[in-house]
Amino acid sequence: MATTLPKVDAVVVGLGWTGGIMAAELAKAGLKVVGLERGEARNTEDYLKVHDEYRYAVRYELMQNLSKETITIRNHRKMPALPMRQLGSFLLGNGLGGSGTHWNGHSWIFLPYDFKIKTMTDEKYGPNKLSKDYLLQDWGVTYEELEPYFYKYEQTLGISGEDTNPFWGKRTNPFPTPPMKKTPILKKFESATQKLGYHPFMLPSANLSEPYTNPDGAAINSCQYCGFCERFGCEYGAKSSPEITVIPTAEKTNNFEMRFRANVVEVIKNGNKVSGVKYLDTLSGEEFIQEAEVVVLASYVMNNAKLLMVSNIGEQYNPDTGKGTLGKNYCYQILPGVNGYFDEQMNTFMGAGALGMTIDDFNGDSFDHSDLDFIHGASLSITQTGVRPIETNPIQRDTPTWGAEFKKNSIYNYTRTLGIGGQGASMPHKENFLSLDSKYKDAYGLPLLQMTYNFTDQDKALHKYLTEISANIMKEMGAKTVEGKNPITDYDIVGYQTTHNTGGTIMGASPDNSVVNTYLQHWDAENLFVVGAGNFPHNGGYNPTGTVGALAYKSAEGIIKYSKTGGSLV
Amino acid sequence: MAEEKKNLSTRRDFLKTSGVAAGALIGGGLIGGLVGYNVNGTSPTTAPKGTSPSDHTQHANAGFQFFKNNRDFEVLSNATERIFPKDDLGPGAIELGVPYFIDRQLAGQYGSNSREYMHGPFAVGAPTQGYQSRLTRAEVFKQGIEKLEEEANKRYESGFSSLEPEQMDEILTAFSKDEVKMSGTTAAFFFKMLRAATLEGAYSDPMYSGNNNMDGWRMKEFPGHQMSYISVIESDKFQKIEPKSLGSM
Repeated sequence: MATTLPKVDAVVVGLGWTGGIMAAELAKAGLKVVGLERGEARNTEDYLKVHDEYRYAVRYELMQNLSKETITIRNHRKMPALPMRQLGSFLLGNGLGGSGTHWNGHSWIFLPYDFKIKTMTDEKYGPNKLSKDYLLQDWGVTYEELEPYFYKYEQTLGISGEDTNPFWGKRTNPFPTPPMKKTPILKKFESATQKLGYHPFMLPSANLSEPYTNPDGAAINSCQYCGFCERFGCEYGAKSSPEITVIPTAEKTNNFEMRFRANVVEVIKNGNKVSGVKYLDTLSGEEFIQEAEVVVLASYVMNNAKLLMVSNIGEQYNPDTGKGTLGKNYCYQILPGVNGYFDEQMNTFMGAGALGMTIDDFNGDSFDHSDLDFIHGASLSITQTGVRPIETNPIQRDTPTWGAEFKKNSIYNYTRTLGIGGQGASMPHKENFLSLDSKYKDAYGLPLLQMTYNFTDQDKALHKYLTEISANIMKEMGAKTVEGKNPITDYDIVGYQTTHNTGGTIMGASPDNSVVNTYLQHWDAENLFVVGAGNFPHNGGYNPTGTVGALAYKSAEGIIKYSKTGGSLV
Repeated sequence: MAEEKKNLSTRRDFLKTSGVAAGALIGGGLIGGLVGYNVNGTSPTTAPKGTSPSDHTQHANAGFQFFKNNRDFEVLSNATERIFPKDDLGPGAIELGVPYFIDRQLAGQYGSNSREYMHGPFAVGAPTQGYQSRLTRAEVFKQGIEKLEEEANKRYESGFSSLEPEQMDEILTAFSKDEVKMSGTTAAFFFKMLRAATLEGAYSDPMYSGNNNMDGWRMKEFPGHQMSYISVIESDKFQKIEPKSLGSM
């Protein structure tokens, strides 16, 4: 029997960026908050020996243990879904800080176009630019409405950047810290894109250019360009992460209690409200019910959707009828790009996760799509993240993948290869969705989440077009050989692509086409808030974290208001 | 340390004087298990004079955590050496300790897939659905090594480790193209894993028993664990930096 624990003002499920932001904001406002994290506590001291590519990057030390829980995957409805037995295409986080611990720190704000994508696309290109199978919809909130929350997020993290990009939304405030150092590799990209008439700028970064203290008093240090960001924690406390910012902010209030190894298995619904969550202490095996006035789901896209599904909250999306909203509009990120092989040696092993330059000339609706068979686009960036030797063995297409020639070429090219990559937008399609698996179960006896996903014609066209643009830039940069990425075919979970999964618990202006309203308040349970990239009705041409952060701040404001007034926030 | 080296050189002395070096075929036991050292040692493409590619004498802790017999370990060693051979740039997989790296990995979490979803029912699935075998990596490696040996016997009536490098390559190529049948997994999958494990052993921190003397990093000019590049990140010049391992912190 589960032990019922005294009611608190809010229980937050998951302590990554969204859970951390929620904990900080609600606790600062005087609410008593309990945070439940299924993983372990961790902090900067745990990262002192982190420069270990094998343990962290190859064997995924900081990621979810799939022996406990994974998802099942199929490309389409006729294919039997099978478990993702090993990590690959995306890396699910775990533990305090979540993916915010091992991210690269690219910190973008979606374009004004993204939030009104349906209206603006229809206005400019007519209602049939994409077929009806693409479930394009506005987000119910505009860039202008979100801008203050974007800035709040940037101030908390101390984002380093420069406001010289002519294509993104108007900014009222400058970035909290100046951009990172412009290295020779970045300058190659800068001069090539300028020559081509494009508009390069420094990528907004959560690896900070200088020491910074945020408005809550949390200190973030200055990046050392050591080359170990993505899949690693930062041993300098120089990459903004929940455990060095929002978590200590919440703790300082004395209104916040964290419980680790606490795996939530159910949101308990009573009528049009929820009363709390049931969780398992994964050490003792004991079950607890934490009652709360407000429940915030702040785990990853997958688990947020799964918890709603196993708790029977909301109506599961059905691709045959188009009815139901839960699990709908699952999107990913399309990754066009190019490799360039150079003669001269470069310091490719140095860098930082978000050290880069970008152009937005082919993102959103910055360019005319009238004669193109796709909408949206991608931010195109060169990044100098610090390449590591196990996983970076650049060889040209005609080189054998093992043996003497492989060894020579991969070693030669290791310090002579640069890449340009796009974060391509991903449009929702009626056949791409999340649901519950009927066969496979997790360690707690719950069904696994099932992903039905494949790349669409829109994705393939976007990928091809942006890869060609990237190749032109790489030629201009002086590469002796330029190899664009192969055209995309079927979505494959084996090789790493990106941990930018979105959708499934989407936001919107109406319960007819969304799971939560624009405060991320569940349409069917007014005291339940579901927060994260799962709220995106489509994925934009940038990394998602900045937009996730802004939505979390808006939602936190809504919850504080709700705690006083109750009722729907819209 | 000194004693261990002495022991190992005694073993080499034994080989020199035992007649194995002349190519005597002796099956099983100590001598049979060591045959591969010398047969490959005669091949100029893999081994410059005086250094056998299977010479593990540079490895300080040359015991087994996973493997049981020398024959299997030699098959693994020779296969990794073909994937990452010694050349004018520097050592190959064997000198780097890659076989020992793999031995340790197979004995632990990696070999038992303890952080992966291994519950049934099992089905073959589409390639896009990834690894669907009921076998652990340790089981795949064990079987794969047996199959390499079996294939060598089938094609050349000889153990894998006694083959010429080109013959080893031919068999490895057949595995990579999935032309050999395996049970519960595929030859292509085994080869892919073997290739990945070889590179992991060549380039991981030396604490994992590979990348001996950080020579994998030296060849690639990767400086390993460095605290900071902030003072040189803007330099136009390529920086040659003496590598550091985590153990040297």
